[in-house]
Amino acid sequence: MSHGESERFLLDPSNESQPAIRPRLPRLASLEGRTIGLLDIAKARGDLFLDHLEGRLRDDGAVVLRFSKPTFTKPAPLDLRQKIAVECDAVVEALAD
Amino acid sequence: MKPELPSGWVAVVKRDCPTCELVTPVLADLASRGTLSVYSQDDPDFPEGLAAHDDRDLEFSYHHGIESVPTLLRVEGGREHGRTEGWHRGDWEALTGISGLGETLPDWRPGCGSLSQLPERRAALRARFETQTLQARQVPLAPLEDEYEALFERGWSDGLPLVPPTASRVLQMLEGSSRKPDEVVARIPPDLVPCSVEKVAINAVMAGCRPEYLPVVLSALEAACNDEFNMHGVLCTTMPVGPILIVNGPIRRRIGMNSGKNVFGQGNRANLSIGRALQLVIRNVGGGRPGEVDRATHGNPGKLGLCFAEDEEGSPWEPYSCYAGFEPGMDTVSLFTAEGPRCIVDQISREPESLVRSLAAGLRSVAHPKAVVGMDALLAIGPEHARVFREAGWDKARLLARLNEILTIPGEELVRGAGGIAEGLPERLRGATLPKFRPDGLRVVHCGGSAGLFSAIFGGWAGGAMGSQPVTVEIRP
Repeated sequence: MSHGESERFLLDPSNESQPAIRPRLPRLASLEGRTIGLLDIAKARGDLFLDHLEGRLRDDGAVVLRFSKPTFTKPAPLDLRQKIAVECDAVVEALAD
Repeated sequence: MKPELPSGWVAVVKRDCPTCELVTPVLADLASRGTLSVYSQDDPDFPEGLAAHDDRDLEFSYHHGIESVPTLLRVEGGREHGRTEGWHRGDWEALTGISGLGETLPDWRPGCGSLSQLPERRAALRARFETQTLQARQVPLAPLEDEYEALFERGWSDGLPLVPPTASRVLQMLEGSSRKPDEVVARIPPDLVPCSVEKVAINAVMAGCRPEYLPVVLSALEAACNDEFNMHGVLCTTMPVGPILIVNGPIRRRIGMNSGKNVFGQGNRANLSIGRALQLVIRNVGGGRPGEVDRATHGNPGKLGLCFAEDEEGSPWEPYSCYAGFEPGMDTVSLFTAEGPRCIVDQISREPESLVRSLAAGLRSVAHPKAVVGMDALLAIGPEHARVFREAGWDKARLLARLNEILTIPGEELVRGAGGIAEGLPERLRGATLPKFRPDGLRVVHCGGSAGLFSAIFGGWAGGAMGSQPVTVEIRP
């Protein structure tokens, strides 16, 4: 009866949303006097990499702020993300593995 | 639109029902005394001379909840004021207020099932009249499009064929839970999308679940999607882990789950489809797809879904759910982050001290023989191994304490370079003694077939606040 034709549609199992695409911020023209955040995600030896990077950035005249996530297995807490966004002109995140 | 109820008496009948045939003279009698409207489910010419309404499409019967025929209703001002089913002289007299009805008939005859209650008719009726209650987008199929291929092409499959989520099947699935279809179950990572019961039902249909499994799937999602279990991290990690589901309580038997032979393998619909439904929700609602946010180096076949029941009846110990403080006998689902299982063979040990050493030797290799404290593990003891501990009177706490004692390892075996292996702990820990597992990082479950002196190890992942904490929740109907 109504089984055939009326069922030629499926119900969408997805979240039915479209990703928002946001443009990237422009690159910094110079590091001089700019504040650069260095985010350690708490993976082994991320600190070694960031220590090295911090030296290089300071040599170029940047102000460096260090941040770290409580654990690499979870997204950064919201307040940490906001703090970085408010305090820094750019951020470098040290992934490991 | 629900068909209106005509005032007076309303009878629903079908020709293919001896009791409906039997009451024909009574219906004629009622028609002569007042207003009687008859609805016939299979033949509008039946009963003769009563000008029955044609309800062969069952719209009237469906909307007015007719469960058997004949059903007689008393209606005033469009509202039902009483009903009786089958033929029972006293009930018909009470409903109509007329005595001496059908005096030549027997006092009582049961009715027959309403056609609107036949499962295949009911599913079609529900789809016809209730589809508009569903919120999900309807994805039309082209006339020549194969529905199974369409599911692959739209990216909804985990690599295996899916059951097409038609409105009829989804409505049927929703009957498996008392929750409202628009209730939000959880925010699904990684996209943190609020997910309704209806969306879960759609994915559960696709996974191959029966409606009675839906409460387990819903509860498993609640267990997975929180900071403690950290499904986001479990999904993203390069390690080959996924959520493992352990079901406890009477629901295991009610829905026919396997806790015995081949417990982690193929062959049981509930075991296979419940775990799969959870993973499909994470894929389709959460947006967690392999190669995208899921960065696993190797993965494991259990990431299609890995769910099993504990063998509580044959276990020497309290159910797994007691780790979370639940009483034995409660329906729960527990999630543990781990890889696929690996067998530990010991066919000689008959003393617990010997067997526990075998198990510890196997557990030592989780992640790496030098990996300590970080990674959890789940030990699935088979019935023949469990018997050794039962006969020696070892409770679960004693077993775990002894395992953890044996698995306390001197640093000299763990440091970098030890055993000719560069991997290891920093040299400064050479003098330390370290536990293989963090406190509560090793757990025991009892399952498997009755033959075989085997147990199995699920190597876990970063445990506790650093990664994933095992979670247990009660299964709500």
